[in-house]
Amino acid sequence: MASTARDLSAQPEVIRLTEVNKWYGQFHVLTDINLSVKLGEKIVICGPSGSGKSTLIRCINRLEEHQQGEIKVEDVVLTNDVKNIEAIRREVGMVFQSFNLFPHLTILENLTLAPIWVKKMPKKDAEEIAMGLLKRVRIPEQAMKYPGQLSGGQQQRVAIARALCMRPKIMLFDEPTSALDPEMVKEVLDVMVELAGEGMTMLCVTHEMGFAQAVADRVIFMDRGEIVEQNEPKAFFTNPQNERTKLFLGQILRH
Amino acid sequence: MADITNGSATVTRVYRPPPSQATGAIGWMRRNLFNSVLNSIITILLVLVIGMIVWNFLDWAVFKSVTSAKSGQECGKISPDGACWAFVVDKYRLIFFGTYPYEEQWRPLFACISVIAMLVLSCDRRFWNAWLAAIWGIGSIVTFLLMFGQIFVPLSVLLIVALVAGGVGLLLRRRAASAIEVVAYWVLATVGAVGLAVLLWDWVMGLIGAPDLMVRLSAFVPGFTIAPLSYVETSKWGGLPVTLILASYGLAFAFPLGILAALGRRSKLPLIKGLCVGYIELIRGVPLISLLIMASVMLPLFLPTGMTIDKFLRALVAVTLFAGAYIAEIIRGGLQSIPKGQYEAADAMGLSYMQKTAFIILPQALQVVIPPLVNTFIGFFKDTSLVLIIGIFDLLNAGEQAIVDRVWSGYANEIHVFLAIIYFCMCYSMSRYSKYLEREMNKSVRR
Ligand SMILES: Nc1ncnc2c1ncn2[C@@H]1O[C@H](COP(=O)(O)OP(=O)(O)OP(=O)(O)O)[C@@H](O)[C@H]1O
Ligand SMILES: [Mg+2]
Repeated sequence: MASTARDLSAQPEVIRLTEVNKWYGQFHVLTDINLSVKLGEKIVICGPSGSGKSTLIRCINRLEEHQQGEIKVEDVVLTNDVKNIEAIRREVGMVFQSFNLFPHLTILENLTLAPIWVKKMPKKDAEEIAMGLLKRVRIPEQAMKYPGQLSGGQQQRVAIARALCMRPKIMLFDEPTSALDPEMVKEVLDVMVELAGEGMTMLCVTHEMGFAQAVADRVIFMDRGEIVEQNEPKAFFTNPQNERTKLFLGQILRH
Repeated sequence: MADITNGSATVTRVYRPPPSQATGAIGWMRRNLFNSVLNSIITILLVLVIGMIVWNFLDWAVFKSVTSAKSGQECGKISPDGACWAFVVDKYRLIFFGTYPYEEQWRPLFACISVIAMLVLSCDRRFWNAWLAAIWGIGSIVTFLLMFGQIFVPLSVLLIVALVAGGVGLLLRRRAASAIEVVAYWVLATVGAVGLAVLLWDWVMGLIGAPDLMVRLSAFVPGFTIAPLSYVETSKWGGLPVTLILASYGLAFAFPLGILAALGRRSKLPLIKGLCVGYIELIRGVPLISLLIMASVMLPLFLPTGMTIDKFLRALVAVTLFAGAYIAEIIRGGLQSIPKGQYEAADAMGLSYMQKTAFIILPQALQVVIPPLVNTFIGFFKDTSLVLIIGIFDLLNAGEQAIVDRVWSGYANEIHVFLAIIYFCMCYSMSRYSKYLEREMNKSVRR
């Protein structure tokens, strides 16, 4: 399932970051980020710890605010306007490293909460969609259980299904497999690969280089808040240009 | 025995029973009470001491007790060192119902039953929805109708009810309800809002002394009175209904107040935050007694002349404000225990602040704080006795009043034991309920 460099030039642009800068107090986390994502494009973001990967993707659904530059998602410019933020969050699903399922709600309730209350969908329809998605992530039999009763891999698949329930156009993944035991990583990656195959626009922070090679249209390498290098996966891995990229790849490919 | 398929080979797995221990009562005693010489001696000594205390108490309370006598002296003659329950028998109406008119005391009795029924029903999680409002609405009308005998419903209350009913209906059922129902909600809310605005304007006009600018609407439609029974004013109330009403309504109002104050304290808006911090810190820095005295002595000084607020109501407000501040701090502790990821997940799904708070944050936060919350509830249930300070006689104070009677002098212990039993029953059931609730809620959350 090797990805070929697909021609995305005809696709419309869904995310555009122009000269984005962000500070935590005095600390400059993101420096002059420029990024454009086409519809259906899959982007893998990697880089050393603390390089600002999470911060970058969290700016896209405004879990974090940027201070300079412009972020445009689906032609909506992200400002402090609450209406815009809620509109964006309906279109952008997010999966976290630590799952963040709601422990006091059943799996099914976790999935249907947002469709019912944000999209005002009738409960029946929401449950139907939720069960469909649970089948897709291969755990329909867990619907009535609580998150605490599931394994890590199952929980993360529920989290993916929960994000998909809102029928988002874009999915953000922040290290979805790094809190998982090795034997569970595959079951989550399988679901993600499948999702990619269906044409979802994906931005994924991960160090699973196998996944990057199989799915990504573009791999972005970040260091110290900057995008240092980006390329299609084959070229990125075989022929990195920047010294920092080479160093990083040398480190992670060694294990 | 069970078969487990291990790869291709089938392995027979043998389950062994746990190592045998001496079971049954004798085994348990041997293991826990008589497992060494010293422990055996301690056990025997303690059994003797406890046995003696219990025996003496039973001797006083049961074997040598007197249940019917005309006076303390008669009690003393019949059995000089037994309990004189005749005192309690003679005074129980005073203890339970205070100075409420004697012939009408069936009313506070049924009012108590109504409050207790309301509380018991509220304990059932199946009713934690619209039912709860219905239970408290009906229960309150029954309780206060019985206690007062007559209820005057001013126009303003009707308008507030209309506004709240319409508003809540619109908020909760706008999507689900039929068109006619929605229109009805709009009408209710509009009538309520407009009516209240007019009344308010009317009131302000009256205040600034512009008498004839506006027709005194409230004089035309003053409200109406439901009056099936004779009127009994709050100054005659006393005993158990006062304790029950002050505690349950005080806490019922304090609970949402505490939630709002706790949420407000974490707000990003400086004004709201400041207001909540001010309220909580101010109240926590003052003893309940001084708050009660302020409510009874100082509040009337600030009110316009001629306007009075019922003493009972003032006590209720003071208790509510006081409990609210403590509950707020407990709930804040619960809010702080919710991981940041829960907020982020709710935000990322596009839930609004209200939805996030109501469905994700509060349920988890409240669950964490059930034990300290119930602890506070029990404390306040007993603290309501402090209303004696402003001349309200709750259960404890009605009991103290009974003791004063010369005819029965020297038998205060009987009344105190009787009161202690009543308080213990109520507080212990609260404590059991909190245990049950914790267990119930933990069923769902096994982290
Ligand atoms: N709320 C915050 N306040 C202050 N500094 C922060 C905050 N969040 C993150 N940082 C800092 O910003 C930098 C970038 O953080 P970020 O979480 O984006 O890194 P990352 O690339 O996702 O790292 P990792 O691979 O460890 O997840 C880090 O140095 C971190 O210490
Ligand atoms: Mg990160």
